[in-house]
Amino acid sequence: MRKDYKLEKRKYFIGGIFTLIVVLYLVRLGELQLFETKYKESADSNAFFRKTIYPSRGMMYDRNGELVVYNQPAYDIQMIPREVHDFDTLDFCKALQISPDALRKRFADIKNKKLNPGYSSYTPQTVISHLTAQDYGRIQEKLYRFDGFFIQKKVIRQYNHIAAANVLGNIREVNKNEIKRDNYYAAGDYTGDLGIEKSYEHILRGEKGQEILIRDAHGRIKGRYNNGSLDVAPVSGKDITLSLDIELQKYGEELMQNKIGAIVAIEPETGEVLAMVSSPTYNPTLLTGRQRGKNYRELNNNLYLPLFDRSLMAAYPPGSTFKPTQGLIFLQENIIDSNTMFPCFHGYVSGGLRVGCHTHGAPLSLKPAIQTSCNAYFCWGLKTMLDSKRSRYGSVSDVFEVWKNHLVSMGYGYKLGIDLPSESRGFIPNSKYYSKVYGENRWSANTIISIAIGQGEILATPLQIANLCATIANRGHFITPHVVKAIKGDTIPSIYTQPRFTTIDTKYYNEIVEGMRMAVTGGTCRMANIPGLDVCGKTGTAQNPHGRDHSVFMGFAPMDNPKIAVCVYVENAGFGATYGVPIGSLIIEKYLNGEISSQRQYIEENMKHSNTIIYSGIKKR
Amino acid sequence: MASRNVNNNSIFKSVDFFTIGIYLLFVILGAFSIYAASYDFDNAGIFDFSEFSGKQFMWIGISACVAVAILLIDSRIYEAYAYPIYAAILLLLIVTIFIAPDIKGSRSWLVLGPVSIQPAEFAKFATSLALARLFNSYNFRLYNIKNYLISITIILLPALLIIAQHETGSALVYFSLFIVLYREGMSGMVILSAFISALYFVLAIKFSETSVLGIETGQFIVFCIIIVVMISMLLFYCKSFVLARNTALFNIGAALVATILTYFGVTIPGYYYFAAVISISILYILFNLFKEKIKRVLITVCTALLSIVLLFSVDILFNHLGPHQQMRIKVNLGMVEDLRDAGYNVNQSKIAIGSGGFTGKGFLKGTQTKLKFVPEQHTDFIFCTIGEEKGFVGSAIVLILFLILIYRIIFLSERQTSSFGRIYGYCVASILIFHVTINVGMVIGLCPVIGIPLPLFSYGGSSLLGFTILLFILLRIDASRRERINYN
Repeated sequence: MRKDYKLEKRKYFIGGIFTLIVVLYLVRLGELQLFETKYKESADSNAFFRKTIYPSRGMMYDRNGELVVYNQPAYDIQMIPREVHDFDTLDFCKALQISPDALRKRFADIKNKKLNPGYSSYTPQTVISHLTAQDYGRIQEKLYRFDGFFIQKKVIRQYNHIAAANVLGNIREVNKNEIKRDNYYAAGDYTGDLGIEKSYEHILRGEKGQEILIRDAHGRIKGRYNNGSLDVAPVSGKDITLSLDIELQKYGEELMQNKIGAIVAIEPETGEVLAMVSSPTYNPTLLTGRQRGKNYRELNNNLYLPLFDRSLMAAYPPGSTFKPTQGLIFLQENIIDSNTMFPCFHGYVSGGLRVGCHTHGAPLSLKPAIQTSCNAYFCWGLKTMLDSKRSRYGSVSDVFEVWKNHLVSMGYGYKLGIDLPSESRGFIPNSKYYSKVYGENRWSANTIISIAIGQGEILATPLQIANLCATIANRGHFITPHVVKAIKGDTIPSIYTQPRFTTIDTKYYNEIVEGMRMAVTGGTCRMANIPGLDVCGKTGTAQNPHGRDHSVFMGFAPMDNPKIAVCVYVENAGFGATYGVPIGSLIIEKYLNGEISSQRQYIEENMKHSNTIIYSGIKKR
Repeated sequence: MASRNVNNNSIFKSVDFFTIGIYLLFVILGAFSIYAASYDFDNAGIFDFSEFSGKQFMWIGISACVAVAILLIDSRIYEAYAYPIYAAILLLLIVTIFIAPDIKGSRSWLVLGPVSIQPAEFAKFATSLALARLFNSYNFRLYNIKNYLISITIILLPALLIIAQHETGSALVYFSLFIVLYREGMSGMVILSAFISALYFVLAIKFSETSVLGIETGQFIVFCIIIVVMISMLLFYCKSFVLARNTALFNIGAALVATILTYFGVTIPGYYYFAAVISISILYILFNLFKEKIKRVLITVCTALLSIVLLFSVDILFNHLGPHQQMRIKVNLGMVEDLRDAGYNVNQSKIAIGSGGFTGKGFLKGTQTKLKFVPEQHTDFIFCTIGEEKGFVGSAIVLILFLILIYRIIFLSERQTSSFGRIYGYCVASILIFHVTINVGMVIGLCPVIGIPLPLFSYGGSSLLGFTILLFILLRIDASRRERINYN
């Protein structure tokens, strides 16, 4: 027996090398199986085909339970690029009735990372959206011939009433920023655009469901994963009841045709918006379906800006509808009492400054001043507050801040917080603003006197004016205006149920209410004097740099226990009494009585057939 | 010497049940993995003969019979008939080249009615027997060039025949038998040189797409390594501190000068630079030849020169490979990402294993393998199924069991009283080491894709039978080691 011990030691080397290899492999296995997660995802994306099931989007009813917005199925052709093999392009195009060039361009667009940043050859890409039922039927028969293509069922909106496009909004495909911000969305999903569709997106959209299918290396579906036990059923979006009265809304839109402006009607007790008209408006069905892009571009380029919701986005000078706020502030600050008289010599004349006024008795107290819409009265009031009684507050800046804070409490100068996107905050200057313009302590009442009559720097949205009217109707508080009355299976946010009190005592509101009632019975808004309705109103004729004065009206009815407060704003339509009052009174009458009395039907006819758009200075191309 | 009768009864007392235990565990695990890998939704049972797993169970049964038969045969038969068996297998390999049908470009399958066998799988044990027989012949030692040539011929003959069958992967297995030569006295330098050559090859290819000093980065790195190896050899092999120090100082100086010149914008031609510094170094060493151990210094110089020749032959060699082989190498070195063709298998296999996680997805729950994302999942890529369904725990246990099996075989080999048993044992160990290293390395993306099976796991009757015979001959020889008389 021969043993070479020196050579026998080599067994350690041989064993050692293999040990080293096994250790290296174990480390590698650890790296692959324990520390790297991408393989798990890759395996899942290999094996599982996650088919999205879109939920039904929440429907919308008006305050009387009338169905306004509902869904209709639409079919998208989608493809998973890496599973697409050569196919008969001509047959495909024929089935879809598109040209091969258009299809080629569509494919190029899909693969263009700039246009479609989420592109991946593993995920579904939409080739053609919104197929009609006929197209769908035709392509479905042939689809088995086109590997990698499939049909995705989605929903598009349908409208029972052609109205309130500005409030309802519409839906469109999500863009790349939205996909980035909210991981709920995938390319090709829909999201709300404008209006309630946008602001209540999370309520309306529901939750997408998912079907997990298993497929093999050739892309063949082999069945449902785990017998569908991990599938997620879609959750339908919640239905919404609007505060709008869709008939009143339609009536308002009818009255406003051929006019530029807005109507906002609010139920004072609840803050619910009854109608919200922006004119000119558009047919909401234009923004559904395949033509959406083209129609949207046209609306966007329209010189009358139909997509601009004037009821809450337009900041207008409120004109004389602002005067009640001044009366309230002066009363609250003890500048005047109900008997305080100010002179009016066809206007306010002070230190070489003159603000014109029209013919009425003088001197006069607050109620007649509201009744006749006397400019001088409110100018004198502001002058007294800012100049004569300044010592009570300190500097002019201090007293101005007091003035401004009262207005803010009435809902001016800031967004009211309505449940719609893009609300404007209007504009109420503060003392800093004037100090910047005129210099510290270099301004006084006369410098800025026009703000007392709702001109000058003051800007407000029709919504804010309507809200002021509701506040007066409520004698000192309001509930934040909102367009959604109820959500099925959910509650509306608490800010839409809690009253917000102004800084003015309730007792002072009665003075204003009586003044506004006098304006209807024997003042500027006599046309609103509808028997039995006890309308209170205030006109406004707002000077503006765009041409003829804007015609404004705000009013509520009945005087006791009011049911509706309305603001009408018609651009370039002249005196408040010529358009604002008739339209506003028709809205009130229609809402409270359900019909227009025969004696007043001529007003309705006049309003429907009059045209003020011609004064807007906008030339149709 | 005991009678034949006693011998046969005692064989089941003296056989190594430890190895048999691991063997049984492996074949059964293998059959279940094959069942999992080929499992389909509308599948048949695990023992169904129309399924891969059913066929594999059939082959396991055949293998078990063969194993028992091998244990019953007198162990001296294997030594006595080593050469005839070897000759017969070589003949079979030659015949196969001519009569085998072309299956995906390879002519390695003999179709015998319903079954196909691959003679190459049986050449492994035959070659091992022949090699063991050779080393056990009277007074055979690895001393002279003639004995080396005979050993290498025995190893390479079947390899060449298998290459002729276009089964390059299976042919490479025979190179693992050089491990046996190393155990029996071949210089470790041979293994080291092979390793360094491979390193040069990899570096030169991997970094061939960028350049430094006007030459490929890979070549630049290899030149630097050649210089470092030369200096190390002078220091450790020739034990000449002075020569090593001076050569090192000269090369560092030259490198510094070159760096500074490059910094100031002088373009240094790389080939000329290395040609200059290496020839000056070699001339200096040769000049001092007679002060040192002449043979070792000469070997050092020759190593450096051969390395340079090797380096320049890399490109030529690489360009002579087929395009798909080049692509496989490039994919494996991470030079190109190719998830469609050459890289697809490995990528899917890595996904399968990686998605297994710590404890795996569970038996029959692997999606990668079930849904046929991994090609060849029941044969060469069977380890994927284990990785995916049994996770890190399962794959680590399998690897460690292989390690234990190899340790056991080395232990068995070393306890043999005759060279025949020892060398045969090392042949078994070497072949298993090569198969496991390459197969698992390929599946986890560390080795190029070479289509060889995972021993005892992969589907395939020839492979299972081949490994069974290989292993059980060793167990038979081991069982009767005490009765054997050492001829030497």
